[in-house]
Amino acid sequence: MTRMGHGGRILALWVVSSAISLPLIAIFLTPHLPPGTGSVEAKGQQVDNEVLTMISVWIALGIFAYFGYVLTAFRLRDADPALDGPPIRGHARAQVLWIVFTTALVLCLAGFGTYELLGGAGGGQGSDPVFKAFSGDAKGTPGDPPLQVQVIAQQWQFTFRYPSEGGFESARFVLPVNRQVELHVTSLDVIHSFWVPALGVKADANPGADNIAYVTPKRIEKLAIHCAELCGLFHGYMFDNTARVVSQSAFTAWAKGMRQFVSSVTHYLPKYHHTYLPDPAFRAG
Amino acid sequence: MSVESTAARPLWRRLLGFNLLTGIVLGVGGFYLGWYGGHWLASGLDIESLDYFDDTGQNDVAMFLAYILGVIGFLVGLGFANYPLARMRGYPASMREKEDRGISRYFALSTDHKVVGMQYFIGIGLFFFIAGLNAMLIRFELLRPQPNVWPAGNYLTLVTEHGTMMMGMMTSGILGPFANYLLPLMIGARRMAFPRIEALTFWLLMSAGVILISAISFGGVPTGWTGYEPLNLQGNLGMDAYIMFFALVGLSMTLLGLNMLATVITMRAPGMTWTRLPMFVWGVISTATLMLLAAPVLISVLTMAMLDRTINSSFFVPAMGGSSYLFENLFWVFGHPEVYILALPGFGIVLELLPVFARKPLWGYRLGVAGMLGVALLSWTVWQHHIFVSGIDSDLRPFYMLSTELISLPTGFIFVCAMGTLWRGKIRYSVPMLFCLAWVFNFLFGGLSGIFLSDVPSDVTTHGSFFSMAHFHYTIMGGLVFTFFAAIYYWLPKMTGFTLNERLGKWHFWLLFISFNSTFGPLFALGFMGMPRRVVTYPSNLQFLNDWVSVSAFVIGISMLVFLFNLVYSQLFVREPAPANPWGSKSLEFQLPSPVPVHDFDRIPVILNDPYGYGEEDSLVARPPTLVPAGGEA
Repeated sequence: MTRMGHGGRILALWVVSSAISLPLIAIFLTPHLPPGTGSVEAKGQQVDNEVLTMISVWIALGIFAYFGYVLTAFRLRDADPALDGPPIRGHARAQVLWIVFTTALVLCLAGFGTYELLGGAGGGQGSDPVFKAFSGDAKGTPGDPPLQVQVIAQQWQFTFRYPSEGGFESARFVLPVNRQVELHVTSLDVIHSFWVPALGVKADANPGADNIAYVTPKRIEKLAIHCAELCGLFHGYMFDNTARVVSQSAFTAWAKGMRQFVSSVTHYLPKYHHTYLPDPAFRAG
Repeated sequence: MSVESTAARPLWRRLLGFNLLTGIVLGVGGFYLGWYGGHWLASGLDIESLDYFDDTGQNDVAMFLAYILGVIGFLVGLGFANYPLARMRGYPASMREKEDRGISRYFALSTDHKVVGMQYFIGIGLFFFIAGLNAMLIRFELLRPQPNVWPAGNYLTLVTEHGTMMMGMMTSGILGPFANYLLPLMIGARRMAFPRIEALTFWLLMSAGVILISAISFGGVPTGWTGYEPLNLQGNLGMDAYIMFFALVGLSMTLLGLNMLATVITMRAPGMTWTRLPMFVWGVISTATLMLLAAPVLISVLTMAMLDRTINSSFFVPAMGGSSYLFENLFWVFGHPEVYILALPGFGIVLELLPVFARKPLWGYRLGVAGMLGVALLSWTVWQHHIFVSGIDSDLRPFYMLSTELISLPTGFIFVCAMGTLWRGKIRYSVPMLFCLAWVFNFLFGGLSGIFLSDVPSDVTTHGSFFSMAHFHYTIMGGLVFTFFAAIYYWLPKMTGFTLNERLGKWHFWLLFISFNSTFGPLFALGFMGMPRRVVTYPSNLQFLNDWVSVSAFVIGISMLVFLFNLVYSQLFVREPAPANPWGSKSLEFQLPSPVPVHDFDRIPVILNDPYGYGEEDSLVARPPTLVPAGGEA
């Protein structure tokens, strides 16, 4: 084996360190990356996070290999006869190679991100969503229409309206498992952000605007809800641990019970609408 | 030329005249004039639409009048009105307001770019430490899951003061002290293009900083540095301080950018072609362009917010036809170039310093320039990545994802230039070099975590969480603050004439570098574990990591104390004279004596090469500038 040049040694460092650490990360770290597998959208985001983590580590190892090697090999030694290094002012082929490599990488990343986005990715998409999640099963048979749930944010709590279940309003967020949900997020005062980490849902609540996000829960579990946009004094307290994903039958039973339980106040609510503008006379100021 | 000796006068006589003291007196006077004038407008004039201010004790008109008149009084007291008034009355006005030699020139309007540079250094440093202390107080609160030090309102005010002060004052963190001082020296000019505007940018910034701090006595600011509407409208009088602060900072930035660009374009020495400019100057050019074009957007959007708060216009009130999205979009049209205003000077400093300490020419000069200009250009096309989940038109998101990821290309140019420069060099590990190498490390982490935030599905996980907080601290603190210190250790001996202690510098570096990573690294994990930003409480299972972060943050504070001690100790007590060229640099500013005399170039040099000819025989200049200080004695 011939003696390796500096470049060859750096490349070897990169290859070896990647070969050791990437499988370890794939086995021990990436399965624990958020948001987990609580919903179809969360799973998609997790795949995205896994891929980006692997690529980031791979790139970082390359840069570390280069700098680690160069900073040791080319440090000024006491016995150095020359004060200055060789006057190299550039290297056309290396520059072109770098540009081509990084461009290809970036275009691949953007393409991958767009592909992952096609299902909607659980993010708020405004009132006219382009990326609708596929509703139905794997064979292509259409499923039920998505369950509409309206998320109404106000300082400093979220409430939820179920228009297809009689239009009642609940302080508790309850979803059926394995059914696509169409969340309509809006606000009554300032900007909030509806964040359910376990479901991979995040959608800003803007006053006077309807922000739609899709989610299909896959697991019966308890959920935590946070507000993810600074919304004033008690923003830090705007979380809720009472939310649940329940079975289809339990959801039907809960909705029926809720409808009867709050029926005496439901008719005082404003008619279901995508936004509820406050009366200008009571504007904040 | 005869400079009137002020040292002989008694002290009380020296305090009279146009200086900082008069500025403060007139500023406070102007503040109370505006305050009472505004209340008189509301109650005395009996205007029906203003009654509401009187009833609620929320007289925003009085607040804004007080701030505006206060700033005007401050500037008049400093002597900014003298020149225009003299010219309007037909008198000739001297080109230089002050040519005093003593310490007093730092407390007055000075048109000497070196004095302004030092003023910026002290002034910005002061606010940098105040904002840093705010961060310490925030971390004190987060030691416990439940509120323990600050009530929720005070906590939010601290968060806002920290964020706004850092994002506002530190925009000029490198351009203020170092570009003002060094840019003319680097391009072979005797002064900046607009010396009086140069001084104005500094004093505007200082008055802005004081106004922002004053918010704590008017009920605080609940919005964070973004100031989103309609929360902005809900805020009490402290919100006016936020608006006034950022508008003044915007004004200061616009003028600073204009001044820098005009200087570089018109005042380069003979032979200083565009391809011979130092990389730091290219960093300044790209930053100044962004400042000049982005800051007016900020001023506009804050003016709209001010009108909403005072005369009840409704740009941002949805119930009256306004939109909260308008503020978000306009703010980030400014806000994204803003973060590159913070990052780009650091790029310039890294590429400027690496050749000196690697003893090699800069590798890929044109690629580096393309990198900085490319970042500056692309930074205009990415702003909606801050509001991916806000409900913007969803088919725009792939575009903003692509444009954001494209920014990593020109940033990669900077990296490859740095990598090429080190290749086969003779690398010396002096303190400035350590800070530059730390930039590589930090910005790599900042950039790689940025991929997560630019990618929409990942952004849904990480947006608004501690992950994004960690990301921008890695890019801004890791990118700006580390290069800020690199610049201090590299250039401050040139500016003051006294060396900084190398051993204390290394202590500062290693303490800062380790504690910085120990602080912000775990924040990525906290973000992934679901902790939102700007919360005063958090789930108790996150306490260990938060405590770890807090303790690390306190070590950052200690490392800053080490720096402060070094600064005071070596500059005020040891006072070891700095050699003219301590680093063996070929750059033009190091051909002048330390400290640089008042009249820097007796002869304007003729430039033959770029300043990176290490290992080459070519000389930098044809006519070297005179090395003898010749200011007052000539």
